[in-house]
Amino acid sequence: MMNDPLSIPNGALVVANDIVYTIDERQILDHVSITINNSEIVTLIGPNGSGKTTLIRIMLGLLQPLGGTVKQKPHLQIGYVPQRLQIEPSLPLSVGRFLKFGVPKGPNRQKGRRATVLAEVGMETMYDASIHSLSGGELQRVMLARALLRDPELLVLDEPMQGVDITGQNEIYDLIARIRDARQCGIVMVSHDLHIVMASTDRVICLNHHVCCEGKPETVARDPAFETIFGKQAAARLAIYQHNHDHTHDSHGHTVPNDQNISDQTPVELSGTQSGETPHGR
Amino acid sequence: MAGDFMIPDFMVRALLAGLGVAVVAGPLGVFVVWRRMAYFGEALAHSALLGVVLGAVLGVLPWLVIIAVCSAVALILFALERSSGRGSDAAIGLIAQGSLAFALVILAFMESERIDLFAYLFGDILAVTRFDLWLIYGAGLVVLSVMALIWQSMLSMVVNEDVARVEGVNVTATKILHLLLLALFVSGAMKIVGVLLVVAMLIIPPSVARLLARSPESMVIISICVGMLSICGGLWASYSADTPAGPSIVVTAIGIFLVTLIIRPRGVSQKQ
Repeated sequence: MMNDPLSIPNGALVVANDIVYTIDERQILDHVSITINNSEIVTLIGPNGSGKTTLIRIMLGLLQPLGGTVKQKPHLQIGYVPQRLQIEPSLPLSVGRFLKFGVPKGPNRQKGRRATVLAEVGMETMYDASIHSLSGGELQRVMLARALLRDPELLVLDEPMQGVDITGQNEIYDLIARIRDARQCGIVMVSHDLHIVMASTDRVICLNHHVCCEGKPETVARDPAFETIFGKQAAARLAIYQHNHDHTHDSHGHTVPNDQNISDQTPVELSGTQSGETPHGR
Repeated sequence: MAGDFMIPDFMVRALLAGLGVAVVAGPLGVFVVWRRMAYFGEALAHSALLGVVLGAVLGVLPWLVIIAVCSAVALILFALERSSGRGSDAAIGLIAQGSLAFALVILAFMESERIDLFAYLFGDILAVTRFDLWLIYGAGLVVLSVMALIWQSMLSMVVNEDVARVEGVNVTATKILHLLLLALFVSGAMKIVGVLLVVAMLIIPPSVARLLARSPESMVIISICVGMLSICGGLWASYSADTPAGPSIVVTAIGIFLVTLIIRPRGVSQKQ
């Protein structure tokens, strides 16, 4: 970093500055700036088609922005879990073997270590299973385990909860928080699940082609910009949601009547299918 | 080696050539299957015929012209795939059919037709020369060494290209290398099984191996074994029943595939 003219601020892992991106004349990202710091969990939220995945791909260097710059900390070790992983069915592959891919030579490639990390994500019985026998949620966990074995300084999770059941989601969010504490790595997540996001993130960035608002979860939730994005669609549904649901679930999955719960804290639940935005997940 | 059991020299050369091709086809072929490039291989094979004709027209080092034309077509196909996102079927077809048509038209213009078209279309393994053997084993050594070098990168790429890229794999270079190796293979193997059947050598053994293998590496080993068996079976049929050698090799391979399909142990990792 010393004599690198592109050096980035101390503690920063990725700095994206003034990013512009269009696809077929449709503006996907409109002058977006975002910084990811060490040991910080940042969550990107926004409606479908708001540019979340595009922004992630640009930060990872998978897409070249049409405008703006991306700087990564030199030799940044990244663990990346993409939105959807479809493994070619003609490739015979066990979970244990899969965990070797992209893992640098060293103790983390050893079988014992791989099995331990697999257990961390709750998949300890699957070491010898074929990767094709896993469900979507199980595959997400295995992907996370593999990313961890790389000892990442930056963990990038694009909708890590897709296909993971509710108990599993809580487990994985706990795990993500523990990973951050134990490894001091930066974590970027894309997510739709606002109530879980609100509970387990340091900084929320609300994206709708541009950064609408950004900050601690409590602050963002009260931001007028947040309401204009989620309000129109979600607020109306939220009313229905609160009427129709006379219970919520506690962390064990048991139902809890709403009057025993602080319903204010879990008001917004956005899933990909609820949003009336454009259909392409970008 | 005496008396009636003496195997003629041309048979020995055919066997050595065939076994060499089978070994090289293993590691190349599994990636053709994993990356779904069978049609791509067809295009390369068709372009090899254009190489044959151009080589005859130019009259210098025909085998080098074949390799050059094949490699050029591989690079053009790569550029097309890049510009159109996923590999475009129509673009590959255009190249495949186009180079075949060009080859046949140029052939018609040649004054004295010095090319045995049939031999190139269906292979002429029994006419393998000592020089061909050197070429096959030399090229084979190059292919195997490079494949060993890029093996891990190739696997990561098959699992997920984006993840491989993020983790520092040079995906573009790896892809180009694989394509050039394929071009080299097709140029060499064309003589054995012919332009029309060369892709069979790449995809049938891995298809058998997929039914049995539990790891990427065991799939390669099984592919090589199946390829060698097919060569032996095909040559034996050709020798004893006077069937055409190239097609006999492919028929043997298909036979192995069908038998394996029927008798394979159930429950070996197959996606439902």
